[in-house]
Amino acid sequence: MDTPLNILFWIAVIPVTIALGLCATWIVRKVSALVQWRVGPPLLQPCYDVMKLLGKEILIPEQAHQGVFTAAPVIGFASVLLLSIMFWRIGVTQKAFAGDIIVAIYLMVLPSLALIMGGSASGSPHASLGTSREMKLVMAYELPLILAFIVVIIKSGGVLQLSRIAGLEHAPVLSISGALAFLVSLMCIQAKLGYIPFDMAEAETELASGILMEYSGALLAVWKLMQATMLVALPMFLVTVFLGGFGPNLNGWLIGLGMYVLVLVLIILIKNTNPRVRIDQAMKFFWVYCFLILAIAVSLAIIGNTFKIYWL
Amino acid sequence: MSWKISALKKSPWVFHVNTGACNNCDIEIVNLLTPKFDVERFGIKLVGSPRHADALLVTGVVTQQAAPRLQEVYRQTAKPCVVFVIGACACDKGIFTTGYHVVGPVDKIIKEVDPNAIIAYVPGCPPKPEAIISGVVKALSTL
Repeated sequence: MDTPLNILFWIAVIPVTIALGLCATWIVRKVSALVQWRVGPPLLQPCYDVMKLLGKEILIPEQAHQGVFTAAPVIGFASVLLLSIMFWRIGVTQKAFAGDIIVAIYLMVLPSLALIMGGSASGSPHASLGTSREMKLVMAYELPLILAFIVVIIKSGGVLQLSRIAGLEHAPVLSISGALAFLVSLMCIQAKLGYIPFDMAEAETELASGILMEYSGALLAVWKLMQATMLVALPMFLVTVFLGGFGPNLNGWLIGLGMYVLVLVLIILIKNTNPRVRIDQAMKFFWVYCFLILAIAVSLAIIGNTFKIYWL
Repeated sequence: MSWKISALKKSPWVFHVNTGACNNCDIEIVNLLTPKFDVERFGIKLVGSPRHADALLVTGVVTQQAAPRLQEVYRQTAKPCVVFVIGACACDKGIFTTGYHVVGPVDKIIKEVDPNAIIAYVPGCPPKPEAIISGVVKALSTL
């Protein structure tokens, strides 16, 4: 366990994750700008934003609950870092523990819970409206997301271990049920990231940035870092679970990286070609349409697994 | 120059406050975000909350109703911050000088809260988007 490579991994993993996250944030802004025929910000723009926010004054509203208000961004950021460390570890060392997919599901809810905590602790009507929308959104997308994982678990023959799912002979997305589950989980990731069409919790034009409204200075910088690292962790998760994961050798890593960029660009294009939906439309979308699609996908996966038809 | 100021110059986030403008200056400000001018090249971003802002873009004569709100918004902005006074009305009340509901130009109202506030003026009716960009660049270079 104490090989130099291992020590290097533990030293480098957090800075690399943060740097990649800031880079992904830049990709999001640059591609959005190109879609809108603009030039877009320079490469170091997200770093400047975070540096500037770290140097600014922290204002805490009088009505806010100070402890929860300051702890919420730190909890959210820590959980996203932990999540990405898990995926790096699976990608680099191919090591994982049984049932880590359940831990990953829990860690993926924590950033949304931290946002809810922070928003409801800030004592502002706009933030509380954003909080209530975020709560409804979490309830809406969690069920389809877990069902999408169940499709993969059925296809892998009941394995609850991410490294073995990633190393499956047939990548889940190459079958009908796996492709349906991938599409639905892409939409759930969109909602988790708080991107258009599911950005109603942050809604800059109507709620004045909603949940994050009362945050300023270094606390806002931590939120921005959390959102940046989520851009690393969540597409990595999709790649690991649905697309075959990051391979053990260099070739596999390059393929994995290519698929990561593909997922990221898909998310950005969805973000830029859709309007914001209302919260009731979002709930109907996730609970009715996504649930129906996944019910079909689950039954297809069960049939395919029983009769050994891998494309089903 | 400290790293705080140099980072602030690279990413000034602006919050737009209308204190009774005729909407003409507001249109020119929104014009800055369009593909033709694209101020995101310089890291300038329009944000929804004064807590996130580094610069306030204030338009319009300050009416009696708007004055306490403008002061409150200034207090809520995280310091250090810059106030940009956009348009002839905001700079010097313009054609509304004798209006019964006008309580004074923007700088007077802001200085009641903070005498040392950094205030930059961009006159014009309305100022061209190029003039606003030039004003922002000049103000940031004096920091």
